[in-house]
Amino acid sequence: MLTRLREGTPDAAHEGRPGTDGAAALYAVGGAALRVSGLGHSFGELRAIDRIDLEVDPGEVVGIVGPSGCGKTTLLELVAGLRPPDAGAIAVDGRSMPADRLERCAYMPQRDLLLPWLSAVDNAALALRISGIPRPEARARAGAHFDRLGLAGFESSRPEELSGGMRQRVAFLRTLMAGRPVLLLDEPFASLDAITRAEMQSWLAGVLGPDRHTVLLVTHDVEEALYLSDRVLVLSPRPASVADRIEIDAPRTADRAAAVTSPEFAQLKERALRSLAGEGR
Amino acid sequence: MSALRRYAAPLAVILVLLGAWEVAARWDLLSNALNIQDFLVPAPSDIAKSLWDDRSLLGSNAWVTLKEVLLGFGIAAAAGIGFAFLIHLSDTARRAIYPLLIGSQTIPIVILAPILVVWFGFGLTPKLVIVALICFFPITVNTLDGLRSVDPEMTKMMRALGAGRFQRLWRVEAPASLPYAFSGAKVAVSVSVIGAVFAEYVGSSSGLGHLINQAQAQLLTARSFAAVVVLSAMAIGLFGLVSAIERRVITWDSRGVMRS
Repeated sequence: MLTRLREGTPDAAHEGRPGTDGAAALYAVGGAALRVSGLGHSFGELRAIDRIDLEVDPGEVVGIVGPSGCGKTTLLELVAGLRPPDAGAIAVDGRSMPADRLERCAYMPQRDLLLPWLSAVDNAALALRISGIPRPEARARAGAHFDRLGLAGFESSRPEELSGGMRQRVAFLRTLMAGRPVLLLDEPFASLDAITRAEMQSWLAGVLGPDRHTVLLVTHDVEEALYLSDRVLVLSPRPASVADRIEIDAPRTADRAAAVTSPEFAQLKERALRSLAGEGR
Repeated sequence: MSALRRYAAPLAVILVLLGAWEVAARWDLLSNALNIQDFLVPAPSDIAKSLWDDRSLLGSNAWVTLKEVLLGFGIAAAAGIGFAFLIHLSDTARRAIYPLLIGSQTIPIVILAPILVVWFGFGLTPKLVIVALICFFPITVNTLDGLRSVDPEMTKMMRALGAGRFQRLWRVEAPASLPYAFSGAKVAVSVSVIGAVFAEYVGSSSGLGHLINQAQAQLLTARSFAAVVVLSAMAIGLFGLVSAIERRVITWDSRGVMRS
């Protein structure tokens, strides 16, 4: 399945085969710059985020790793404009109003949260329906991507009939279909078993390769962050601040096995793990 | 075969009970024990005979009761779902209406029914009021629970996709409340017939309640029992109908999907 996925389209579409239509359209959103400065947030007495500065260039993928409960999810919610921060400034594409940010960010929560009464294609088309596009057109537009997502034939299946990996891909497509320049992914594969997670990671690497989305990827999996990102921020335990910034020079590749076993990768992984453990500070 | 196996146990219990009752009534064991006239204790066979002999009388009166139940239930469903949405959407409405809704359930129907007959006469109105009063509460409370059952994460996800208040209500909360609303409707429809019969009992010129009232005055106990049998059958039939509609509407797995 994965092989087919990879030879599927992201690369093909990127190499300029306009015939593969919808696939290219999906990824032609273009990224937006994301600027976060002096961000702080508390829940009552609990200081969740101390101070975070963050700059993401258009089309860049930034991974954020941190120990459990260090405010990673809160960070995404603040960026998305779902929650007002106590301190600091956030700008997406130069816009700082929460409503403007909400319009530019597609937030993918940790759980797939598919609506059980909707078919896979209707779940994927949810954002289109919300924006007032008639059902037949919304279904056609979302359904056009099912093949490349390895979901062909499951258009009318209910979420309960899909495997965990498939549900996650439907949830990802639902996020993409919102057509926003910034993707905020909150531990997108945390609920999957190790093998499916590895498959999904290399699938996402294939998607993010030619894509121009700006991506903020939150995870507690160091390997996942290093494999998928251009840059990884390691957060300290709560209250969160940036403990380390790791640049990854190697190009993103769908060949996960090769990528995560290279010596350079191992070095970066050691550095990230040490930063995570609070060493070297 | 599987149908036989499924119904064998309850059928056997019913047959044994009916048999015991038949023996006790036929040989006056029960009336002697209770020290009453033997015609006051009809045997199941007497009731069956009355069901057949009085079929047109039972049928026409059951039709009257059924109409009251359906209309009253319809009013209750509309009002109950309306109240649930109103309370769900507005905190002010919740504070203003919720205590009244609960208060309405504390009014003893036994006392209210005669007053309604004085106000509205022997016609349809007092029956509808009582059936609706009994039915709307379980529908309201269950629907409201369903509307509130939506996972806050789901709400966040919908907001992130650009859904406003109305879109979230229409696309998530309303569908999520449907299984709950059906639970409420099943409770409501089961008790609705009791409400209708009681309202008839207090004052009416037709309906199963009226028939039972008359039969008891004439010491036709078998006929009152026959009317009760018809009433039970009606309630079970209505319950089955609501369940069948529920199965058609709720085609997804609704067991704890929304909250985790």
